[in-house]
Amino acid sequence: MMGLRFDHLSLALRGRQVLRDVSGHFPPASVTVILGANGAGKSTLLACLAALRTTDSGEVTLDGKPLLAIPPMERARQIGLLPQQADIHWDINVRALVALGRLPHHGRWGRRAADEAAIDEAMAQTDCARFAQRKAQRLSGGEQARVLLARVLAGKPDWVLADEPLANLDPAHQLDAMACFRAAASAGAGVALVLHDLTQAARIADHLIVMKEGGIIASGPKAQVLTPAVLEAAYGVRVYIGQDETGAPVIAPVSRVA
Amino acid sequence: MDGIPVRLNFGLLAALLVVMLASLMAGRTWVPFGHWLSGDLQSLIVMELRLPRACVGAIVGASLGMAGAAMQGYLRNPLADPGLFGVSSSAALGAVVSLYFGFAISAWLLPVFALTGAGLGMAALAILAGRSGSLILFTLSGVILSSLTGALTSLLISLAPTPFASSEIVTWLMGALMDRSWDDVRIALPVSVVGMGALLWAARSLDALTLGDAVARSMGVDMGRLQWLIVIGVGLTVGSSVAVAGIIGFIGLVVPHLMRPLVGHEPSALLIPSALAGALLVVLADCLVRILPFTSEVRLGIAMACLGAPFFMMLLFKMRREVA
Repeated sequence: MMGLRFDHLSLALRGRQVLRDVSGHFPPASVTVILGANGAGKSTLLACLAALRTTDSGEVTLDGKPLLAIPPMERARQIGLLPQQADIHWDINVRALVALGRLPHHGRWGRRAADEAAIDEAMAQTDCARFAQRKAQRLSGGEQARVLLARVLAGKPDWVLADEPLANLDPAHQLDAMACFRAAASAGAGVALVLHDLTQAARIADHLIVMKEGGIIASGPKAQVLTPAVLEAAYGVRVYIGQDETGAPVIAPVSRVA
Repeated sequence: MDGIPVRLNFGLLAALLVVMLASLMAGRTWVPFGHWLSGDLQSLIVMELRLPRACVGAIVGASLGMAGAAMQGYLRNPLADPGLFGVSSSAALGAVVSLYFGFAISAWLLPVFALTGAGLGMAALAILAGRSGSLILFTLSGVILSSLTGALTSLLISLAPTPFASSEIVTWLMGALMDRSWDDVRIALPVSVVGMGALLWAARSLDALTLGDAVARSMGVDMGRLQWLIVIGVGLTVGSSVAVAGIIGFIGLVVPHLMRPLVGHEPSALLIPSALAGALLVVLADCLVRILPFTSEVRLGIAMACLGAPFFMMLLFKMRREVA
């Protein structure tokens, strides 16, 4: 049973059911996008998949093994998490920050050449090499987002879980970030992204999962999922679905459904 | 980047050795190098008073410096101090209990009581904070513990059977290195070394915490285990230093601040330089209090506080400029 799989996850927090019996599967070498309104349980699901949270019932398995039974360091080498909120606590420089992504890989006694190469590669991919020696805290929000993404990619995880990775990026760097995720998937990684930009979601996703109120209301390839009916049910909005001149989809919210 | 801490560590180590050697000469009587091994009274001063004193000073400074660096990294707060945990006040309470009952006749009893106090404080901290590894619970537990032990210490001072006992307690609390012997080195060194080992073991996890605890956990850091390492490491280092020198403030706060820009702000790279610089600062300050021309020696704890306050004022002004 290859892949990152979750079966019948349920979780109640302070009396609120945040996950309701959700099941699904992130295949390797592809991009899965999780959609849903605010508070639908997307971030909680990612946290469960990264083993940051335990559920009341159900199980997450990685290539057939229960996720929680895998030693934390081993798990950290396989799953890279990019959370929504960026915390950078010390005034470290960009390269040192990206190098943190190699922590699960090298021993206690410092980095090796392979680590350095992975760091440089991740920085080149995310267009961070230009400010490698600048202080990460003093960068703009978008630059920080790229550096934090580089940290995840430097670990070369088999699974990349990213929570709203486009939130602070300008359009050019949104496209760059999407290219990074696509490149990671092409290199064999299973990528799971929580996105709110429907057009970007439609363009990058191989599979989609749509959540509402802690449950999954639709999942599958995009032709099945990205329909006006599903999106209306998920967000309570009417959407425009069109194509640009290359035939790539364009999806924009138009009005609220009363 | 990696080369800088190595060079810094060697520089600090060399400076520490120089200052420790110089401290053997300095004091009420000036003992030049030629007399150190002569076997006369002056060499006795050097070998049985000043050398153990310098060693105790270095152990205390290194302990407090590294504990401070680790605390700041763990709490991700540059204003965290090893005293915040309540371990130092628990150790002080243990020592005060032994002074209160007049047990301090044997050189071993007071430090043993202080270490017991530190151990009980660590256990209380671990029980109060629970297993979650939550920083807020942990900090609150430390605050509760330090205010409780502080209150109990005050209680013992006010209940002291004789004015002599209460003044002895108050004086001891101020922290000093006078009249330290090789016994104190024998007590403090092993405990402190084990504590520093625990903190160094936690170094990688401290780096991961730079990006917040969710990312740290996703990078394989076990927050519960890290909390144990910090409790043990800070408890043993701070406990041993309180046991042999009383409460000496500001080292754990100031030294990591001074070292941080020199190591590129990385929490793991900060630990060893903070230990070395802490040792350097304490030995240096102890030389100063010995040669100051007062009738009785200024307590080291007081001297450090006097040095620390202006330092923090400087820091405040710098922060004010950055905020403005």
